[in-house]
Amino acid sequence: MKIIIVGCGKIGTALVDSLVSEEHDIVVIDSDRKVLEEINNIYDVMCVCGNGADSDVLEEADANKADLFIAVTNSDELNMLSCFFAKKMGAEHTVARIRKTDYNDKSLTFMKQTLSLSMPINPEYRAAKEFYNILKMPSAVKIETFSSGNFEMIELKLKQDSPLHGMTLSEMRGKFKANFLICAVQRDGKVFIPSGNFTLQGGDKIGLTANQTEILKLLKELNLIQKQTKNVMILGGSRISYYLAKRLLNAGNNVKIIEQNLERCEEISELLPSVSMIHADGTQQEVLLEEGIERTDAFVALTGIDEENILISYFAQRKGVPKVISKVNREELAQIADDMGLDCVISPKKLIANMLTRYARALENSMGSKVETLYKLMDSNIEALEFTVSPDFAGVQTPLKELSLKSQILIAGIIRGRTAIIPAGDDVILPGDKVIIIAGQKKLQDLSDIMK
Amino acid sequence: MNKKMVLSTLGKIIWVEAALLLLPLIVCLIYRNDSVYSFLITIAVAVVIAFPLTFFCKTENKLIYSKEGFVIVSLAWIIMSVIGCLPFVISGEIPSFIDAFFETVSGITTTGASILKDVEALSEGIAFWRSFTHWIGGMGVLVFVMALSTGLPDRSIHIMRAEMPGPIVDKLVPKARETAKILYLIYIGMTLAEIIILALCKMPLFEAVVHTFGTAGTGGFGVKADSIAGYSPLIQWVITVFMFLFGINFNLYYLLLLKRVKSVLKSSELWVYAGVGIVSCVAITFNIMGMYDSFSDALRASAFQISSIMTTTGYATADFNLWPGFSKTLLLVLMLMGACAGSTAGGLKVSRVIILIKGMRRELTRLLHPRSVKTLKLEGKRIDEQTLSSTASYLTVYAASLVVIFLLLSFDKFDIETNISAAVACFNNIGPGLGVVGPVGNYADYSVFSKIVLSAAMLLGRLEIFPLLLCFSLGTWTKK
Repeated sequence: MKIIIVGCGKIGTALVDSLVSEEHDIVVIDSDRKVLEEINNIYDVMCVCGNGADSDVLEEADANKADLFIAVTNSDELNMLSCFFAKKMGAEHTVARIRKTDYNDKSLTFMKQTLSLSMPINPEYRAAKEFYNILKMPSAVKIETFSSGNFEMIELKLKQDSPLHGMTLSEMRGKFKANFLICAVQRDGKVFIPSGNFTLQGGDKIGLTANQTEILKLLKELNLIQKQTKNVMILGGSRISYYLAKRLLNAGNNVKIIEQNLERCEEISELLPSVSMIHADGTQQEVLLEEGIERTDAFVALTGIDEENILISYFAQRKGVPKVISKVNREELAQIADDMGLDCVISPKKLIANMLTRYARALENSMGSKVETLYKLMDSNIEALEFTVSPDFAGVQTPLKELSLKSQILIAGIIRGRTAIIPAGDDVILPGDKVIIIAGQKKLQDLSDIMK
Repeated sequence: MNKKMVLSTLGKIIWVEAALLLLPLIVCLIYRNDSVYSFLITIAVAVVIAFPLTFFCKTENKLIYSKEGFVIVSLAWIIMSVIGCLPFVISGEIPSFIDAFFETVSGITTTGASILKDVEALSEGIAFWRSFTHWIGGMGVLVFVMALSTGLPDRSIHIMRAEMPGPIVDKLVPKARETAKILYLIYIGMTLAEIIILALCKMPLFEAVVHTFGTAGTGGFGVKADSIAGYSPLIQWVITVFMFLFGINFNLYYLLLLKRVKSVLKSSELWVYAGVGIVSCVAITFNIMGMYDSFSDALRASAFQISSIMTTTGYATADFNLWPGFSKTLLLVLMLMGACAGSTAGGLKVSRVIILIKGMRRELTRLLHPRSVKTLKLEGKRIDEQTLSSTASYLTVYAASLVVIFLLLSFDKFDIETNISAAVACFNNIGPGLGVVGPVGNYADYSVFSKIVLSAAMLLGRLEIFPLLLCFSLGTWTKK
């Protein structure tokens, strides 16, 4: 698929990184020659230097042949304009980053129609949604929902004293009544797709699939359900903070935001009067203690500086806050934060990159490939894909234990009609089912790729 | 330094060379040459070297940087030459190893300088291989490997940049591999076109193929003692045109395929290239008119020689050694300039000359108006200061290398004209020079030392100096 990306900032680069590994033909447009040179050295893409809304530049990038056109410069208006031009030139789908809070839902809908945008994308809004989901779900690191809606995958980090420590997967299935499947385990930076005799250890990050209700049941049995989050403290008054606070308030939580810029404090307070805005330097422990960090149910570090977020989150965790989330954009630092034992580290740029990669896959799907949804799990080391089974798939009607699958492949779920099946050896795949495949490393294009 | 990746890539290249050696092997079988064994042995040697390199140097870490790119390209070209010269030695048609090495380097770098005193004595298989090296070297070996295989290092742009000539290496399409494929398809298409046209002009098929290889790679090896002079005027014109075509930036052909004729016509490099060619052709025609019976003979001789020299091919239909001093000097100057970047030709490249002249003009303006600000443009795009300064430093290194080569050659017994033109002709991958090494002469009488110097000069010229220099500088290999 031919994809054009305008703007090579944080998100643009993360996008290139993620889309290149999907073997797309990518053209990058940016006005900064230095940035392009760097990109050109690292990735196998074509670079065009210039303004993304300049018709000559778009022509050079072959915008008329683009299947997907993504504009993610830091100017909303430039993004809209270049998407508009590209669309007029003949690009199939256009995605523009529009994030100013000044453009409300109504004007967004209007713009989407007038500019024939396939999708406006607001990274901060999406990130806030993700943060919210994590806050809502106790202890889960990350939740992904598959197409049928009630089939979910969660990532969970085991505590050192977890009851699962030292237990093999088959023992675990016997002990817990919940119907679930552990499909991936990350330990010391390595990711395994475990078999039945795999032994879990404290500190592992596990990915498991199950029904929504089964997941709740399991978490209850593991004693991981704590009291519902009620009081949330947010450090930093960024756009993400605003969207997150809005969501939390709507759900009836108490939100406290600490921000050191007075103007920004006033802005947020004007938009969200029920937030308790604190104008202070949140990196000072004294301030945090005074504002009651020890009593809060959840702490979210959203300042613009990764290092600060990590350190303050660490402090919050030490003070016994049950749920701590930190925003860390730089990959290297995220790894360090993980090593320090922070439960939940989220990178908004990666989130958006994954989302758009998924979008690209979905487009490709409509163009012939059969992948329905795709999630990258465990720091993008593993993929979860959803396929619809066609009648000519070779493994139809065969019990799963008799299928010879490639290594690093796991069938994590079968969705038949409205029911989700956690597959065991005797289950069979039927035409028309949707199956969820967990794959390590390999790029699957078709369901038949899982067979030897 | 990712040594494993370097070695396994080299292994791959040797496999490719072994496969390419099958072609002359087939030619040997068709013509029932005795040299068939020399190719069999060479292929066996190549496989023996390639096998351990590819199978024991497997590595997960495919990451390379520009350093590895330079090293891979330089070593690949040297190894290709060493293996490629084995058939000449084994078959006994060029018994001396140094001579055979010189001949192969000259072939693969598309120079066309020969140490053979009697070309017509070669058997068909060997003659085919000799010309085929031109074709392989013309577009670049690694670009070929890139188009074929997937297991190349990540960031293979570094390899492409080190091998492709010209100040700026652009990709035609987003993927490097696809770009390599397109370039080779254009190259193969044009090669086939020339073979067919030459055959239609009644050149025997074998000679048509061999001469096409020489034209396509802008090399210049033929099978006749008098190069192209013995063929009909029509054939001479066909070769003139094709030499000129192979000297044009291949990106333009791609644009032509996309039907973007306008952007092709806007290319200033193309206009300068054609303009210089036409002006020099007119000048030389008038200069040599007295030596020929008719105007058309003079025009044809002048056009052929200009096309041959500018594109650094090195075919000849006339002994320009006998031409007047002005014509000879003009040819020597054209040798330095070469043809367009991104073509199979050697030399300094037209686009570099344009950049340098533009830069020089700006310096002059700056002397008059010290506060003036002027950005330079090439093909409608801004040339950044980085490109300008690297082009200038390329010129420096280019001139310095030429001087060193000339100095080293002067130990030999020949006159200054011969030595200068030999240095220029080899360094710019042309082939024939003036004096003893003129179009009817050869390099056979140079000493072993001079032949090694000239071989190095040809490699330096083809790879545009820096890769080889970096490959053999200490800093690349030490951990500092």
